[in-house]
Amino acid sequence: MSRATTESLTATGGGRVGDSPQRPDGNLKVRGEFAYSSDLWHEDMLWGATLRSPHPHARIRGLDVGPALAVPGVYAVLTHSDVPGENLYGLEHPDQPVLAGDVVRYQGEPVAIVAADHPETARRAAARVRVDYEVLEPVTDAETALRADAPVLHPTNPDGNLVRHVRIRHGDPAPAADVVVSGEYTVGMQDQAFLGPESGLAVPAEDGGVDLYVATQWLHADQRQVARALGLPAERVRLHLAGVGGAFGAREDLSMQVHACMLALRTGKPVKIVYGREESFFGHVHRHPAVLRYEHGATRDGDLVYVRAEMILDGGAYASTTAAVTGNAATLGAGPYRVPNVHVDCYGVYTNNPPCGAMRGFGAVQACFAYESQMDKLAAALGMSEVDVRVRNAVEQGSVMPTGQVVDSAAPVAELLALVRDRPMPPAPSAPYDLRELPGGVSNTTHGEGVVRGVGYGVGVKNVGFSEGFDDYSTARVRLEVVGGEPVASVHTAAAEVGQGLVTLKAQIARTELGVERVVILPPDTSVGSAGSSSASRQSYVTGGAVRAACEEVRAAVLARAGAGAGLAGGKVVSAGGDVLADLVEVLGGEPVERTVEWRHRPTEALDPSTGKGFAHVQYAFAAHRAVVDVDVELGLVRVVELACAQDVGRAMNPDAVLGQIQGGSAQGLGLAVMEEIQVVDGVVRNPSFTDYLIPTVLDMPTMPIDVLEYADPHAPYGLRGVGEPPTLSSTPAIVAAIRAATGRALTRAPVRPEHIVG
Amino acid sequence: MVVSMDFLRPASLAEALELKAANPDAVPIAGGTDVMVELNFDKRRPAALLDLGRVPELATWRAENGRVRLGATVPYTRIVDELGDVLPGLAMAARTVGSPQIRNRAGVGGNLGSASPAGDAHPPLLATGADVEVASTRGTRTVPIGEFFLGPKRSALAADELVTAVLVPVAAGPQQFAKVGTRNAMVIAVCSFGLALDTTRRTVGTGIGSAGPVPLRAAAAEDFAAEVLPWDEPAANTLTDDTAKEFGELVAAAARPIDDVRGSAAYRRHALAVLARRTLRWAWQDVSGR
Repeated sequence: MSRATTESLTATGGGRVGDSPQRPDGNLKVRGEFAYSSDLWHEDMLWGATLRSPHPHARIRGLDVGPALAVPGVYAVLTHSDVPGENLYGLEHPDQPVLAGDVVRYQGEPVAIVAADHPETARRAAARVRVDYEVLEPVTDAETALRADAPVLHPTNPDGNLVRHVRIRHGDPAPAADVVVSGEYTVGMQDQAFLGPESGLAVPAEDGGVDLYVATQWLHADQRQVARALGLPAERVRLHLAGVGGAFGAREDLSMQVHACMLALRTGKPVKIVYGREESFFGHVHRHPAVLRYEHGATRDGDLVYVRAEMILDGGAYASTTAAVTGNAATLGAGPYRVPNVHVDCYGVYTNNPPCGAMRGFGAVQACFAYESQMDKLAAALGMSEVDVRVRNAVEQGSVMPTGQVVDSAAPVAELLALVRDRPMPPAPSAPYDLRELPGGVSNTTHGEGVVRGVGYGVGVKNVGFSEGFDDYSTARVRLEVVGGEPVASVHTAAAEVGQGLVTLKAQIARTELGVERVVILPPDTSVGSAGSSSASRQSYVTGGAVRAACEEVRAAVLARAGAGAGLAGGKVVSAGGDVLADLVEVLGGEPVERTVEWRHRPTEALDPSTGKGFAHVQYAFAAHRAVVDVDVELGLVRVVELACAQDVGRAMNPDAVLGQIQGGSAQGLGLAVMEEIQVVDGVVRNPSFTDYLIPTVLDMPTMPIDVLEYADPHAPYGLRGVGEPPTLSSTPAIVAAIRAATGRALTRAPVRPEHIVG
Repeated sequence: MVVSMDFLRPASLAEALELKAANPDAVPIAGGTDVMVELNFDKRRPAALLDLGRVPELATWRAENGRVRLGATVPYTRIVDELGDVLPGLAMAARTVGSPQIRNRAGVGGNLGSASPAGDAHPPLLATGADVEVASTRGTRTVPIGEFFLGPKRSALAADELVTAVLVPVAAGPQQFAKVGTRNAMVIAVCSFGLALDTTRRTVGTGIGSAGPVPLRAAAAEDFAAEVLPWDEPAANTLTDDTAKEFGELVAAAARPIDDVRGSAAYRRHALAVLARRTLRWAWQDVSGR
């Protein structure tokens, strides 16, 4: 290989837990020098391309690869009949073909793959594959899909087009309340919009296996699925993490992994596949669009009596993580509130729309938009302030969730709300106006005319880690040895660095636990055990926990070898009182100490299928937002003026990284509030590009005053609480509430479009 | 199988015109704002690209006979920085084009060449009655802007011709440009509106973007405003609400919008009425000296 993929990153400049050391990959990324997966290169490599279905639903009557094979420069053209192993994959249950066989179920589904000596040759050859489609009527509405007379998209699924139905039954089934508010809310299909498109390089190996260098979130889940599709034992499918250009859930499912390996094994040459931007919109799952019907009942004093909810999540053509997303939406569907009676039915559904799966917030985002909209409606019906009604009902440590689970660590929801409420308000715009501070910006649509300010609040609850009894663990190998006369720790995990900063955090933990300065973070690959997914806000908790546990075992072994001491600090063996007892270099000598630890958080439980009861979530995390917006009510244009956030993170392991997560998560929530939506009509995506799928720019994202609370969770390593997702939940409803306050419009749909405001 | 694409790099206008005459299918490229999007999406695969980035004659502007002769590749950044006083409407539109990187590379020639109804430069060129200068080895001619756009992405440009410049009258009164997009920067227009008052001749010019198959003028609105504006008493309060409203409605009526992924036809009409009303008021405030 002539170009590095994931370099061994040596963190410099110190930095223990609680510090904010500089990222080892930071300067490279800013300068454009970081090697992303799309930069991979190998001598003699071929380029792969994918032919995709133009139809959301069709029967394949015939396939003719002849015209593609005839193209000079083409080495292989493969279809479903060439899949060496099982032509099915999937994160939760395998229902998705590697290459479509007799039927395609969404626009963009892969049908054939080509390897050629030039990427354009591969693309043009793929376009020459003749596919005889019998176009079928697509099922594009999730509620229609659940009807008895709807065409069944997966005949082997015993529940028709239903992927999962989660019921929550808590308290009195027929409660009565003084004040009742109800509403129907919809959430559009959001895209993760990572900047580095799906890409990777498969290199055939002498043992008949393959080495795959790829940008992914979970190397071992990919390995399991790729090996099964290739019909190879897992040990002959070796995965290596390549540079990841953002993930946000979109890299949990397979994209080009099996395709590149198939082409490499068939041709005996390395094969690289890089999706283009438009193709990328068809290459990964999106956030589930949702319809959510809620009814909230409360006493005249504002105490919640009940929540009833029906949620329909459109999972699209394949299951992906729909079942887990459905579980999250249901179990977190009443929000961070004490509600004695809860009745939730949440449905995840197959349709012929683009497949939906993991995206930051994972089901909790859709529910939060609905329940927070309802809380505002309830406040209005009660004549209370939006914050007061939330504070009055806020969960706290010891509260019981609708699953019966007791919140057994800090839940400072009321405090978070008070913090954002009590922030000073940003000044109103005044003449002479700076256009950049008005809705529409330099597009010069207003000089103050029609501009009305609004303020809104949101608070949400997200689970951290994998839930519902999943065996959620991570593996860390830590080695301590003398290199060049200095003690050096090396940390090896398979955890994917997707931009979140785990690469820094692992070194901080090793420095803290082993008392050394030099730490080498080895590239993630499958030669060490699984770390689980870089998702669900879980890696600091689970891989952080594994690294700490491995460090503890290494330290114990070193102390045993020294025959004395209570800890390691400053490269020395020290006593409990801090006295230096021995030099670590001398204790280690020429014999490294290495330990590999598989670490689990405390187990969770499956939900009772009829009541939804169970200790389903290992940890809850909370964030609150106050949004201040200026709306041009005549044009329907919005400028978010300020987005204040307060979040409890248990322990700020790396304070700068924590702020980065809060800002980024809030920005993604802002996108969902006012602009981000994949528009799908009759199963066809209308805006698969950054020309028309808009994400916030620096002129759309406002300043963010942030309060970070650190109430340690006694169950978690260092007391930390997962950070990445909660801000994505509450920023959307806070912004939409602020737009409602400015316009008086009901605005039951996210994202809000100008048409909705001017009506 | 790789279909090769020639990349032609003339160093002078004469050479560029000869290359275009010899390769009428060659697609001119300067900033690449539209061309690169089409190439990247594989919507277009020209046999050749004609890079105008090295043609010095296209990259300059000068004042002549009460007009600015603005070279086709003078980047929007320079229009903003250097022409704000004499071509204020075009400078305001230039400020809304793409990102800073795009504004550093792209110019008016590309907007005209691709003839997209959404081109940001078009409304101010329509409002000011600019002429488009086009050239070929056969010679140079000017096309009035109102006759330049023939349909969506179709213009009066012949296959062997290049847009060499636009001839834009120096402002004879206040000008405005406003554009609606669904984010606050770097956005393609949902609709846009350009306005130019000529206080000497007492005329009003308009241009509508992204709300019809081609960029449009609102002739009835122009005539109405020219007729009813109280040119003899140019105080801010002499522009009545009724006049502004009527003007807005006439502009909206001149639009021929469709529903598409960026917005609905109804919203575009509504927004144009608001933009026209507001920009007329801002321009009139400038007439009155505020």
